[in-house]
Amino acid sequence: ASQQLDTFSSTALKLSLCSRVGKFDGKKTERQCVAHKIYVKKHIIDIFSVLIFLIVYHKRSPRVGKFTEDILLNFLKFSNFFCHCEQVHELFSKSGDVKRIIIGLDKIKKTACGFCFVEYYTRGDAEHAMRFINGTRLDDRIIRTDWDAGFKEGRQFGRGKSGGQVRDEYRQDYDPARGGYGKLAQQHRPTEVRNSF
Amino acid sequence: MEFFICIKTYKSYENTIKKPELMPSFTLLKAAHGGQTGVFPGPIVAPGGQAHKRRRTSEPIEIEDRLESLICRVGEKSTSSLESNLEGLAGVLEADLPNYKSKILRILCAVARLLPEKLTVYTTLVGLLNARNYNFGGEFVEAMIRQLKETLKNNLYSEAVYLVRFLSDLVNCHVIAAPSMVAMFENFVSVTQEEDVPQVRSDWFVYVVLSCLPWVGKELYEKKDVEMDRLLSQIEGYLKRRVKTHVPMLQVWTADKPHPQEEYLDCLWAQIQKLKKDRWQERHILRPYIAFDSVLCEALQHNLPPFTPPGHMPDAQYPMPRVIFRVFDYTDAPEGPVMPGSHSVERFVIEENLHCIIKTHWKERKTCAAQLLSYPGKNKIPLNYHIVEVIFGELFQLPSPPHIDVMYTTLLIELCKLQPGSLPQVLAQATEMLYMRLDTMNTTCIDRLINWFSHHLSNFQFRWSWDDWSDCLTVDLEKPKPKFVKEVLEKCMRLSYHQRIVDIVPPTFSALIPADPIFTYKYPDESASSLPGYPMSITVSNAIKNRASNEEILTVLKEVPNPNQEDDDDEGESFNPLKIDVFLQTLLNLAAKSFSHSFSALGKFHEILKTLANSDEGKLHLLKVLYEVWRNHPQMIAVLVDKLIRTQVVDCAAVANWLFSQDMAHEFTRLFIWEILHSTIRKMNKHVQKIQKELEEAKDKLEKQQHKRDMDKNSEDEEGQLEEQIERLQEKVESAQSEQKNLFLVIFQRFIMLLTEHLVRCETGSVDISTPWYKNGIERLQQIFLMHHATIQQYMGTLENLLFTAELDHHILAVYQQFCALQL
Repeated sequence: ASQQLDTFSSTALKLSLCSRVGKFDGKKTERQCVAHKIYVKKHIIDIFSVLIFLIVYHKRSPRVGKFTEDILLNFLKFSNFFCHCEQVHELFSKSGDVKRIIIGLDKIKKTACGFCFVEYYTRGDAEHAMRFINGTRLDDRIIRTDWDAGFKEGRQFGRGKSGGQVRDEYRQDYDPARGGYGKLAQQHRPTEVRNSF
Repeated sequence: MEFFICIKTYKSYENTIKKPELMPSFTLLKAAHGGQTGVFPGPIVAPGGQAHKRRRTSEPIEIEDRLESLICRVGEKSTSSLESNLEGLAGVLEADLPNYKSKILRILCAVARLLPEKLTVYTTLVGLLNARNYNFGGEFVEAMIRQLKETLKNNLYSEAVYLVRFLSDLVNCHVIAAPSMVAMFENFVSVTQEEDVPQVRSDWFVYVVLSCLPWVGKELYEKKDVEMDRLLSQIEGYLKRRVKTHVPMLQVWTADKPHPQEEYLDCLWAQIQKLKKDRWQERHILRPYIAFDSVLCEALQHNLPPFTPPGHMPDAQYPMPRVIFRVFDYTDAPEGPVMPGSHSVERFVIEENLHCIIKTHWKERKTCAAQLLSYPGKNKIPLNYHIVEVIFGELFQLPSPPHIDVMYTTLLIELCKLQPGSLPQVLAQATEMLYMRLDTMNTTCIDRLINWFSHHLSNFQFRWSWDDWSDCLTVDLEKPKPKFVKEVLEKCMRLSYHQRIVDIVPPTFSALIPADPIFTYKYPDESASSLPGYPMSITVSNAIKNRASNEEILTVLKEVPNPNQEDDDDEGESFNPLKIDVFLQTLLNLAAKSFSHSFSALGKFHEILKTLANSDEGKLHLLKVLYEVWRNHPQMIAVLVDKLIRTQVVDCAAVANWLFSQDMAHEFTRLFIWEILHSTIRKMNKHVQKIQKELEEAKDKLEKQQHKRDMDKNSEDEEGQLEEQIERLQEKVESAQSEQKNLFLVIFQRFIMLLTEHLVRCETGSVDISTPWYKNGIERLQQIFLMHHATIQQYMGTLENLLFTAELDHHILAVYQQFCALQL
């Protein structure tokens, strides 16, 4: 959606100036590190709309062998890209006006894979979300929110090797709402009958 | 040598205090001193929640930080008794007075102001210090008075109350002489004799005096009963002549049964009267100083300097009056300790302390919940009931809750987690009681109840005994109870999906289930071929799918006949409802898949939409079509209207006119209408504030530039530019304010028209005016005043002259008069 016509919006989209804050390797000189820190710190202070990187946790208890019609439907609804966006909007609007939501996609399949970015117009609203929505449930699942330095095109794709979230690479349990077993575990269980959704 | 001894003392003292996992007070003081809060941004500092984890690993090395930590943590859970901790801490601080006096003074003044729930712990500490060092006691009192003056100057009235209460409790600790405290109270009460001041000003001074009496009434009466009697009778006289027009607007229920909704000063007065009758015996407040009586009574007391309350300033913002919320009484807690009566002073003290705890810790819900549940003296009271009542009291407070609504939801969830065996039942009981009294509940409070309940259910798998509420199915669906259930289910659906809601309610509730949120297209297939716009809808749809440019699409649309126009009047520029209908229906149909698709569509075709809707009628019709296609999906309507306003396709007044139009009359009582209206007003307000801020910033810049000018001749150009910019911004502010005023005028005008129509019709038909529609209407009018009172204050003059004149029906005028009474 073209945002440049938002007359009521903040200057948050100038986030493109803010380089992606990655881990810096020890090879950088001290001066460069300090400069990097100051640069990003300055922009974090300037940012008054902050993104929240949201990860949907799977439920602790594995559902081995126990899927029913209900769970199937639930999964379909949940992984339904469009339905998810509306729930997220409703929930996160409780802490302030949401500017936009960008759903995280599986890099290969281009379907929702359980995370998204929520952007607010003001920092205060994003802080409220961190205080009061983080750790509560959305669609029966506990969600976790984290600050994010800024959305850039390309960041909406999962960075796991199989295309989804990194956490789903290593997951040991079976969770039908998250595609069954974790990707690595799937490779070790070739004889298991899996439902294909 | 001394230094090492001090360190040793610290160590042994610290070892006696089990380091709590969360250091709420410490973090709080840090926050209050302008340090970091518990929520940290991004990767530079440790990501995620709690500051305390960092504190623990990087232990404060400086003595000063240690002092602060020690002082803040006294009174929290510990292996030793509170008395021995206080004794130990007093010793440590006394030893440090020579070197760190100002720091200790500062910390103690801060805890007096910011940790009111631990009032008596700190007054005891000050008492012990005063007993050991008379001069320090005197300096502390002086520092407190200075702080009191500062808080009053800066409109920090709730903090000022805590400071005065602290001073009054110092009488109990033999730090301050009782007669001087009485003198201060007398000065406060004399404010009631002032003329031409807002009532809220004298209210506040009376409130301060009354709210200190549970702590110090006994002591003051023992020393100065004649003066106190005179004081109380003065207060009584004032309370009798107070104007109470504002009370109905602030009451959560309009009925007095089962619990009257008392105005806060009236309730407190009744409580103090009862306390007096009980000869000032107060048994609830924790008073550690009693254990130190032998030490403290040896101490020399100080006199408070004469304190004249600062005069009234025009920009003073006194606290608004409020109504005491009661939902429980002693009959409601089935077993265990009895709940103190509504006019007992214990009730006041408990509620006051619980409010203080929430005020201190609201930003950190886990800490807040833990602190609430570890309330000292909890074994003698039904604590869960008090907590639930206080939380709901804040949530339903009018005009607005002290903190953001969603905080209360998560706090209650946290409390349920910590007390899974008892609190959920109390909460369910409270919900049941609130449901039963819906018929007389204020509409604004019902809105908040709907939002709270649906959000709460979404965290607990939507489990609820809906059958218990099947009585709502037997009455007119417009009545408050079925309406409430309907709106709750709609909100629940927004947090899940339609089938889920169908599954969670019994089949008997099917009439209350929200509609499946699907798009309603006028031109879906050949069945619509008889409609005038059908052929064009196919053309436009293909054009969009083939990525035609805006000009191409506009050309295509030129062919759409205008049902309003004469054939020979061919300008093609005027309002063509069919054009709008065809384009918007087709576009939104193609984008119906999700929010993102629809936003994208509105953004891409922004120019066309602006062209089509370039008149007031155009804007209105655009919104009408939007409603037609998405009438089953109110959430979508709300977000699209928001986008249309932000991209200036429609203006705020157009949205207001649309919501009040005849076409939307059948939806007038639905919650989503009012959410859209209030969101629209808020956007308008934020817009004005933003431009005002830009103007202020430009003015500041100019000032700075003018200072520089004296030193550097070259900056004259910049100054000129700045002055131009300021002029432009000034115009922008004026035009924005004019738009804002117009918006309120439109809204109030439409309200008056609708409500007057209803009242006249009822009068001529000799029918009772109080229909569910009317209750909703008049309370929605109230809601506009309450939710935007700060902004509306600016336009009172215009409103009074143009709209709320004496000719208005007295029912409607009453709302306006109650609003005016809020700040008088």
